[in-house]
Amino acid sequence: MSDVLGNIPPGISDSLAVLEKQRSTAETFGIPLAVLLEITHRCPLQCPYCSNPVELDRSGKELTTQEWKKVLSELAEIGVLQVHFSGGEPTARKDLVELVKHASDAGLYTNLITSAVLLTREKLSELADAGLCHVQISFQGVEEGLADRVAGYRNAHRKKLEVAKWTREVDLPLTVNAVMHRQNLHQLPDIIQMALDLDADRLEVANVQYYGWALKNRAALMPTVAQLDECTRLVEEARERLKGRLTIDYVVPDYYALRPKKCMGGWGRQFFNISPAGKVLPCHAAESITGLDFESVRSNHSIAWIWQNSEAFNRYRGTGWMKEPCRSCEFRESDFGGCRCQAFALTGDAANTDPACALSPLHETIFKQAEREAEGEINRFLYRNFAGGTLESENDA
Amino acid sequence: MAGPRNISISEASRPVLPRHAKLKYDETRKVWVILAPERVLAPDEIAVEVLQLCNGERNVGEVADQLAEKYAAPREAILADVIAMLQDLADKGFLTEAREKTS
Repeated sequence: MSDVLGNIPPGISDSLAVLEKQRSTAETFGIPLAVLLEITHRCPLQCPYCSNPVELDRSGKELTTQEWKKVLSELAEIGVLQVHFSGGEPTARKDLVELVKHASDAGLYTNLITSAVLLTREKLSELADAGLCHVQISFQGVEEGLADRVAGYRNAHRKKLEVAKWTREVDLPLTVNAVMHRQNLHQLPDIIQMALDLDADRLEVANVQYYGWALKNRAALMPTVAQLDECTRLVEEARERLKGRLTIDYVVPDYYALRPKKCMGGWGRQFFNISPAGKVLPCHAAESITGLDFESVRSNHSIAWIWQNSEAFNRYRGTGWMKEPCRSCEFRESDFGGCRCQAFALTGDAANTDPACALSPLHETIFKQAEREAEGEINRFLYRNFAGGTLESENDA
Repeated sequence: MAGPRNISISEASRPVLPRHAKLKYDETRKVWVILAPERVLAPDEIAVEVLQLCNGERNVGEVADQLAEKYAAPREAILADVIAMLQDLADKGFLTEAREKTS
């Protein structure tokens, strides 16, 4: 998924500024407006680009219903406005309706980020009655062959279409989240049409971000430069054509950019998420950085304390931790040196400049490697699962 | 289902925020906000006042009447500003037209 509140468009109008943009970079970090709750890592799908860490939390480690309720109350109390119920697959938890109800009663705006395959029409109605504000369904393509192959789950696509239809029937607003990569980018025009046919209000065209599972599958997923240029052109054309009908959010893969993304709006600045086991994390991939100790909501510290004072949140907060070329860079407060998880995964040190930045000494090497992979022949996926991944059969790829 | 999209705001329109956009006072930050999927917008005082008046019953003309009276300002100028603000919101997908009452 895209960075929560990280890709906000410029001011909605003169009279309707986007709240985050009103804060200066010099200002200290306030409590985030939105929090991502990964309530479970269990999921029937096996997408090879899953944003969960490669080391998944087993169900026995998950927070209990009471613990999640306490978290929700605490979040509302300290000023969080939105929560995203995500996973894994959040509907794999039997208490989801109860948690949504608890969040709504606490005054939180609730969003469900789901693969949809476990949902029934009845469950959707219950969620709507519990106060759910919005549903976001991921799609892997526009036709069953490719979509089900990417998801590693038979009939996933057909089920998603059905659930999307029910979502609108029970009058819940719908976002179609299309995760894009080399093997499905050719379907983008049809995906835009599918979002319209499903009566979605919003479409996320989210190019895969290469951490965790996706990094393991980079050679099978990385788009070519030509594909990405065409994707950008199609998105721009559709945005103009569908103004007022369909909002399109667009996330590009940063490998082909010259400037790194302001990942999560900067480490510990405007975002945190909570893992199934209750760890409070600066981003959903943060546990991939070894040597950082993340505090849990099960500790005797409050969430606000963890956000403000814990060592892990303060380690890469602001600019004091930076090395060159970031330290003296004029952009250090506009992008905060990119993504710490990506810097760690590709350079071995999270304090290095994210190689997505053209000023990183590794940028050229990584760009060339991605380009070679994009032109390559490897299409087999390593599917995501609790066993550390399963390689797709050669016949299916 | 939500109201029609691609709406064109006129004096006779009866716009409302769609279900996915919620106007709320943020007690922590002491500002009004519009909550929407992956967005938090901060409407200014006038926008808040207009949106509070847009309850799906009043039309835009009536909203302008009320504001003109309250601020003792020329109605035509207020109407033009209100329409421009609402149209902008509509173009960005944060406004819908109230349904005709069926009962």
